[in-house]
Formats: sequence, C-alpha cells, structure tokens
Amino acid sequence: MNVVVCVKQIPDPATPYKLEEGTSWLIRPEDQVLDDTDRYGVEMGLQLAQESEGTVTLVSMGPTGNAQGIRQALAMGADRAIMIEDDGLRGSDALTTARVLAAAISSEAFDLVITGTESTDGYSGVVPQMIAELLGAPALTYATKVEVGDGVVTIHRQTAAGYDVVTSSTPAVVSVTAGVVEPRYPTFKGIMDAKKKPIENKTMSDLGVENRLAQEVAKITNAPEREAGRRIEDEGDAHTEIVALLEDRKVI
Amino acid sequence: MRSIYIDDDLEAIRLNVRDFVEREILPNVETWEAERAVPRELLNEMGKLGFFGLRIPEEYGGIGLGHVASLLFAEELGRCTSGGTAITAVVHTDLATPYVTNFGLREQKEHFLPKFASGEMITAIGVTESDAGSDVQAIRTVARPDGDGWVINGSKMFITNGGFADVVFIAAKTNPEVKGSRGISIFAVEKGTEGFSASRAIDKMGWHASDTAELVLADVWVPQTNLIGEENQGFYYIMHNFQNERLAVMGLALGEAQKALELTVAYVKERKAFGKPLWDKQAVRHRLAMRQAEVDAGRELAYKAAWMMDQGMDAVREVSEVKAFVGEVDNRVMYDCVQFHGGMGFAAESIIERMYRDARIASIGGGATEVMLDYAAKRL
Repeated sequence: MNVVVCVKQIPDPATPYKLEEGTSWLIRPEDQVLDDTDRYGVEMGLQLAQESEGTVTLVSMGPTGNAQGIRQALAMGADRAIMIEDDGLRGSDALTTARVLAAAISSEAFDLVITGTESTDGYSGVVPQMIAELLGAPALTYATKVEVGDGVVTIHRQTAAGYDVVTSSTPAVVSVTAGVVEPRYPTFKGIMDAKKKPIENKTMSDLGVENRLAQEVAKITNAPEREAGRRIEDEGDAHTEIVALLEDRKVI
Repeated sequence: MRSIYIDDDLEAIRLNVRDFVEREILPNVETWEAERAVPRELLNEMGKLGFFGLRIPEEYGGIGLGHVASLLFAEELGRCTSGGTAITAVVHTDLATPYVTNFGLREQKEHFLPKFASGEMITAIGVTESDAGSDVQAIRTVARPDGDGWVINGSKMFITNGGFADVVFIAAKTNPEVKGSRGISIFAVEKGTEGFSASRAIDKMGWHASDTAELVLADVWVPQTNLIGEENQGFYYIMHNFQNERLAVMGLALGEAQKALELTVAYVKERKAFGKPLWDKQAVRHRLAMRQAEVDAGRELAYKAAWMMDQGMDAVREVSEVKAFVGEVDNRVMYDCVQFHGGMGFAAESIIERMYRDARIASIGGGATEVMLDYAAKRL
C-alpha cells in the first residue's frame, strides 16, 4: 500500500515567532522543525506501509530552508519527499494550500493520504477536508485508530462523547489526531541515511496551480493576559458558588 | 543561531536527542533520583536509537562521528536536569568505550563494539583510586602475568556505573619496575568475573541517579585477550582519552547551565516582588545576561577545541582552559539561579536545588580546575 503523508515544517515552537511588518506573515527561518502533530501521521503511514511493503511519500508546501524538518520525517523512515516552494505562495490561505497539496498528490499513485488535524502555526483545521474534496476522495477525519484491508479503510472518529466507527473504500484521505499511534524516534543511523533520500522540489507552474490570494491579515493583537484567580472562602456554601461558576462557563 | 561547528547532520542529531530528553527523561528524573538509579530500560532504548554508536565506526554498528558530536550529545543530555542520569550514558559513550574504539585490537573491537553500540553491554572506566585521581601514575592496582592471562589485585574508587556495568576497563600496573607512565595497562574486566566486586555504593552530594561504586579486585584472573591494545601503553591511552572525557563532561556542564538559565529567566519573569516581576530589576537581569554570556563563550571555545581534535590538532591547551572555565561558570550559574529562585531554590522539591548540587562536580570531575589551569599554564 502506498501512503502519502502531508507534513509541514514550522519555526521551532520553543523560539518566539516573528511576523513580517505590513503583511503579518510568519517569518520562516532557515532551520525549521517538523510540526509535532505530523509525527503521528508519519508514524501511522510507516506502520501501514510496512505491513504491506508499500512506500511512504511526504508532501509538503512552504519554504524549504535547509529541509531540516522534512529530514526529520525521512529519518523516521519515509522513502521520499515532494516539496512545493514558490514565492508566489507566500501568505497563501487554506484553500490554496489544499489546491497545491492536492495537485502534488494527484500525480502520485496512492491508496491513502494521511494528514494531521491542523498545523501548529496555522491552525485553520480545514486543509484535510479540502484536499479530499479536490482529489474526489472520501475524507475520514479526527481518527484515533486506523485500519486498512482489502481496499477498505476503517477509523475511529473522535467525538465529544467517544468515537464513531467510519469506513470507506480507498483511496481516501484520513486526518489523524495526536495519540493515534506512538511516533518512533529516528535512530542516529536513520538520521544519517535521511540525507541520501530524494527530495523533489516543485513550483506552482510545475503543478499548474495559481495562488488566488483571498485572505488578508487585517489585524494582529496580543492574547489578553490571564486574569488573576479568584479565591472562594468556604463558609459552608462555597460549593453552590463553584457550581454556579462552572455553569456560567458551560463546563457543567 | 547554531554554532559554525554544527552541520546539518549534527543539528538533526541535536533535535532528536533534545526531543528524547524532553519526552523520555525529564518526566522521570525525580523517580530515578529517588531510586538512586537509572533503569536499564532507558539505556536499552538509547542503545536501540543509536545514541551509543555516535563515536563507534560504522563497521561495528555505529555512525562513526567525532569529538564535536560527543560534545553536542553531552550538551543535550546535560539539559535533562539530572546530572546523574546524563553521566550514566556519557561514561559509557565517552569515558569508557573509546578505549576499545581507539586502542583495541581488531578482535577486541569485533567482540565488544557492536555490543557497546547497541547497549547490550554498558561500560565503566576504572582508573581512579582513593590516592590517585588525575595523578594516574600513583595507582596501586597491579596485574601480574599468570599462564595465558593476568591476575589483577587492587581497588578502584568513585567508579561511575561501577556497580552495574557489564565491563569495566581497569587500569593496573603491569611493570612496577619502571616509571609509572611506562608500566600501566588497561584490562577489560567483565561483571561476574571471580574476585571482582563492587564493595559499596558511594552516597554523594549530587548525581543521585548515578551509580558510583568502590570496586575491589581480589586475585581477578582475566585472559590475555582482555588486555586492551598493547601492554604497558595504558598511561598514554588514559592521557589521550582524558581530552575526550573533558570535552564530554564539559558538554554536560554547558547543557545543565543553559537549562538552568532558561528555567531561571522564565521564573523571574513570572515571579513578582513588590508588584513587579523580578525581571524588571536591573540587577537580576544583568546578572543573568552576564552568566548567559559566559555560557555562550564557554560553548564556543568548547566546540572549537572539539573541532581542533577532529582535525587531528593538539588541543590540550584549549581543552584544559575551557574545562577550567566551564566548570567554574556552571557553578556561578547555579549559584545565581538558586539565588533568584529565592526560598524555592533552597527547597529540595525544586529542580534548581538538584541542579545546584549536581553542578558542584563540574569543576572537580574529569580534572579539577586547578589541574586544568596548570596544564594550560604550562602551554602559555
């Protein structure tokens, strides 16, 4: 079974993010890391491909830099990567991203496309569904468990109450949650071997896609500072106050 | 920004080790400190991921990188906030296994190195005795020929990993007639060898998760094949590897100092006194900025020394200077970090209290500051 895994390089979350003046676009340094949420998709892809002696191809959009983040995924065991980098894609929105990724994926022979649920630097959370629509493939989202056999993919789809069991034929697009599988650490040997694995670079014109920029960042503001906590002295009726407080916040 | 000595491969290794430390080590160190031991499963996992093969040639199951890689690996492990956990791995990778990697005969490499790389065998180095530390020539342990082997008698002190290591490399005098430097050999002594035992675990101020033992060798017989490299060359092997050892323990000190500074900067930005964060006080932030400057300076000189060694250059002066410098900087950093944590820094439940205790060995282990400065002074 051949699996395509969508992955993204993001600036190291441990360092403060910087935004470009004017556009408010994220400034992406040369050294980027694999988005942590993608490690689950890569691991899932590796496990499924290994069962059937298939391949895992990574597809990624964004500035390549030194490809450090992609090599992290290659070091885990993926076979090859396709990277789409184009100045014209700067500031692209979710739909453009999905168009680019879908165009790159459509030239691959795949049984399954795996994605995370959302990227850590963008958080739109709609790209997987858009890719599926553009590929004309079913979208199975928020998977906490994935099984594939005889041209059928079955997932546990996370819900507020528990999970739904969802099946479809392949090829299909599956978005996986953190925890669907335990991602492996690359071995040192895997790291050294990763640099020998092929990374194919593509541009918008290679894929025949345009960036129809439909999104503009209107304003960026700091998140409000956390307010100080409130102390409730218990004079026998604290529980009623706490219950009222929780109800007010729709926790209960 | 990464150091000019770090290429893409090393940076990828750094990311990998940092990730492993944050996910697999940091959440558990309190337990291991309390249990006074690092679980063997951790070492097995590190072996599986190739951590122990960093310096071991590819033909024996490693990836054959150099001194810069050792320094970087130690630096990342040093960030785990438990010096005892970090040193357990580093003794194996950088203090003990190089005796076989660098000086072992082909059969010895074939026999030991794949097991060292995989973690199947964990090692320790037995040079120090109660009356001989940096002064290696003063050791009293002796080995005399016996049939097709040797009989070793003596004792070893402060041996990290000594209690559980599968193999300890023991320095013993093989020719008492000549000057100490010309009559020492190194023997591989495996756990369970008759007459070889850990007589006691030594309780310490810091490094609680590390096993530090006193070893006793009473008529321990080992075959000739366990004599590492050549007879009577042990002193030179030890002096040679001291450079590597110093780089590695320096890496630990740099990593722990950096981590402590990060923890402290975060703490003083949160902690308020008289209505404002401590960070707003110039005296606090200037002192932390100066400590960071010292760590940054130490790190660059350490990498330069490691790089020089990788080029085959003599770096004794640089290694000695920076070992002395970093050992002292680490202690200054920890002093200030405890100070700015206030009462919490003195509480045994705080991370910084443990790091303060662990850092004390940085200016002692692997060559005391005073010994290092003499080495450097001789080369001025």
